[in-house]
Amino acid sequence: MSIIVQKEGILSTVQDLGRSGFRSSGINPGGAMDKIAARLINVLLGNNESEAVLEMHFPAPEILFEKDAVFALGGADFGAKLNNKNLENWKSYFAEKRSVLKFTGKNFGNRAYFSVTGGFEIEKWLGSASTNLTAEIGGFRGRHLQKRDRLGFKQKIIDIKQKFNYKIAGSLIPIYNRFPTVRVVAGAEFELLEASSEQFFSRQSFTITQNSNRMGFRLEGAPLELLRNKELVSSAVSFGTIQLLPDGQMIILMADHQTSGGYPRIANVCEIDLPLVAQLGANDKIAFHIISLEEAENLFLQREFELNFLKFGIQIKLHR
Amino acid sequence: MSHKIFSLGDNALTIEFGNEISVELNDRVLRLVEVFDKRSFTGFVEFVPAYSSLTIFYDVFTVRKNFPEFSTAFAAVKNSVENALESLEAPQKLDSKAVEIPVCFDRESALDLDSLAVENNLARQEVIEIFLSQTYRVFMLGFLPGFAYLGEVDERIAARRKNSPRLKVPRGSVAIAGKQAGIYPLASPGGWQIIGRTDIELFTPNEAEPTFLQVGDRVKFHSQNL
Repeated sequence: MSIIVQKEGILSTVQDLGRSGFRSSGINPGGAMDKIAARLINVLLGNNESEAVLEMHFPAPEILFEKDAVFALGGADFGAKLNNKNLENWKSYFAEKRSVLKFTGKNFGNRAYFSVTGGFEIEKWLGSASTNLTAEIGGFRGRHLQKRDRLGFKQKIIDIKQKFNYKIAGSLIPIYNRFPTVRVVAGAEFELLEASSEQFFSRQSFTITQNSNRMGFRLEGAPLELLRNKELVSSAVSFGTIQLLPDGQMIILMADHQTSGGYPRIANVCEIDLPLVAQLGANDKIAFHIISLEEAENLFLQREFELNFLKFGIQIKLHR
Repeated sequence: MSHKIFSLGDNALTIEFGNEISVELNDRVLRLVEVFDKRSFTGFVEFVPAYSSLTIFYDVFTVRKNFPEFSTAFAAVKNSVENALESLEAPQKLDSKAVEIPVCFDRESALDLDSLAVENNLARQEVIEIFLSQTYRVFMLGFLPGFAYLGEVDERIAARRKNSPRLKVPRGSVAIAGKQAGIYPLASPGGWQIIGRTDIELFTPNEAEPTFLQVGDRVKFHSQNL
């Protein structure tokens, strides 16, 4: 049971929810950029939500199903077709042996996710199936997928109940946008911003530049200034940390960020809104809205409760 | 001694003891790691020790469930940290490992040794001697898997970062930036001044402990002739 890559995409890697416990060794957590998309399609298929998925950029690969499979797509919309039949995101589909999955156009977003019922057979490194491109390890041979690569499935037989088309509806699906206002909590050096820069930060929008990848998104806008220059010794940074570079421009650290950094930490994107950032690409714009830590935690908890509720509902449907 | 505790996003907090490279502050960081190693809290995910700070990642869902008396997970973890800080023992010698690392200083490996010597008005051999004369401490790991930040390098051989970073620093390169030294475990872009190379495997991904060096280790370099 497997799929095979017939045509290579630009950057398709195996990811899960990341590798935790090794930041102190300089090993970053990595994982899917849009974690909620990866989790939702896994939950929809009845998988463990941390099951490995394929993260694709556009142009995305062409995939041949070598055996019957049930799969789902989420995140970006790349105009997916199964044997020329249009597919929707957040819905499970049955693919017969020898069917072909193609992506025909970049309709929205920058990272699409693909998961199969039961999950892919991937050897874990340090507890995770995520690809670490810097260290060239983890995921599929530590690299992006190439033509003729074959990914096996863990589950060998498909249950009849799994063949129905299930669809996720409701508030759990992120409302993606090419110009989102994302919620952030203030960072350690936020107070060091000049009053006018502080206002710029939450009133202006910033453009995502070409210089953006899985490590971080470089922003461009009115430069921000600090009251006094502060040299920082390196300390930990995180997925979503917004750093201020010496030229007054900001960078948002993304999934493959380094574990530590020394630039002033202006703010951190809230966990709940990271998926909105993850779907942005060059020339998209972003604005920031500062909220309290309590609000950020509560929003996160509310989403986790809803996700658990969905998980429970789907488990009942699949195993009744 | 004073400290600051601030959030790093909505699932981590940092305890900052200061903003400098000093053995005393770093010792404090490591002692706090020891306290939590022995007695962690429910919902703890991982630590990131740095020069003068410790960052703790936690699972908001679990912390909130287990500490309902706090209005945020941040407040609960902060409380736990403050209790740990109170019980922090008086300075005592940390249990650290001594490590020997052979370095080759030939011209092929020591890409910036000559220019660094000129910049510091020293002979090439003097730079090597000063560099080898000292024992370095691993203050933290970061940047790349297994990349150790070592200090402190003698003022006389301290070096500015390169104006434009190299696109590919060879694996095993031993390098200096400011009063820090480091070893590149993997080939990578980098702006530090390269003074030699080692064959030691600093990153062994298939072992349970994937890095050769750990925070707190004492490193002594010696010259290796090829």
